[in-house]
Amino acid sequence: MQASDLATQFNLTVVAGREGLDRIVAGGHCGDLLSEVMANAPIGCVWLTIQGHQNIIAVAILREMAAVVLTGGNVPDDATRAKADQEKIPIMLSGQRTYDLAGQLYAAGVV
Amino acid sequence: MSSLKKCFNIRSRDFIHAGEASITVQQLLKQMRIDSALIRRIAVCGYEGEMNVVMHGGDGRFCIEINTERIVLDISDEGAGIPDIARAMEKGYSTASDAHREMGFGAGMGLPNMEKNADEMFIESVPGCGTKVRMIFFNRST
Repeated sequence: MQASDLATQFNLTVVAGREGLDRIVAGGHCGDLLSEVMANAPIGCVWLTIQGHQNIIAVAILREMAAVVLTGGNVPDDATRAKADQEKIPIMLSGQRTYDLAGQLYAAGVV
Repeated sequence: MSSLKKCFNIRSRDFIHAGEASITVQQLLKQMRIDSALIRRIAVCGYEGEMNVVMHGGDGRFCIEINTERIVLDISDEGAGIPDIARAMEKGYSTASDAHREMGFGAGMGLPNMEKNADEMFIESVPGCGTKVRMIFFNRST
């Protein structure tokens, strides 16, 4: 599955990093503590978080993530969008809670 | 492989550029075809070290030296220093501000993550003067 497929299948709004939508999704991770994510997020995963500041892009790059999904109606700040565009890391938005979206992704085989 | 050394400046409170030294080093190590699992361990240590300087240190320095046998990452700062290193190494212990915690930092995982991912780690700190952290990674793939 590519990052673009995530957006389509789960009704996610892509707001930045569109040039990275061909990234391959390899698993998922949920977390809002950046050290925990750095330590445990699978390489190539989609990351579900409520954090919208631009340091999430550094974490996404270092863990070689396929995409970052901001859940619960959270949105990235302008600097985060610009950084995501520059680094080609897709950022997507969901109004759902992290738990609910993660359950859907897992049931769809994103493990 | 001959020895290669790269250094970067880290600015206190500069969250905008935080992580960039680690990202640059990650790309460099990939170009040098260093083992991917080792690169990931170095990335964790570099990132955590950078964030510690940004949040707690004064301005700092991030240097990596790469040679055939080992990779050495030195991160130093001119910040407040660590009064009790043993306490700082405890999982969950943090002196981060509420603002930093709201950003997802300050979980008290930084130094423990660094210790876990480095083959060897040494910390020197003088309260009021700053902190030096040296992390050594053995390049077993060569």
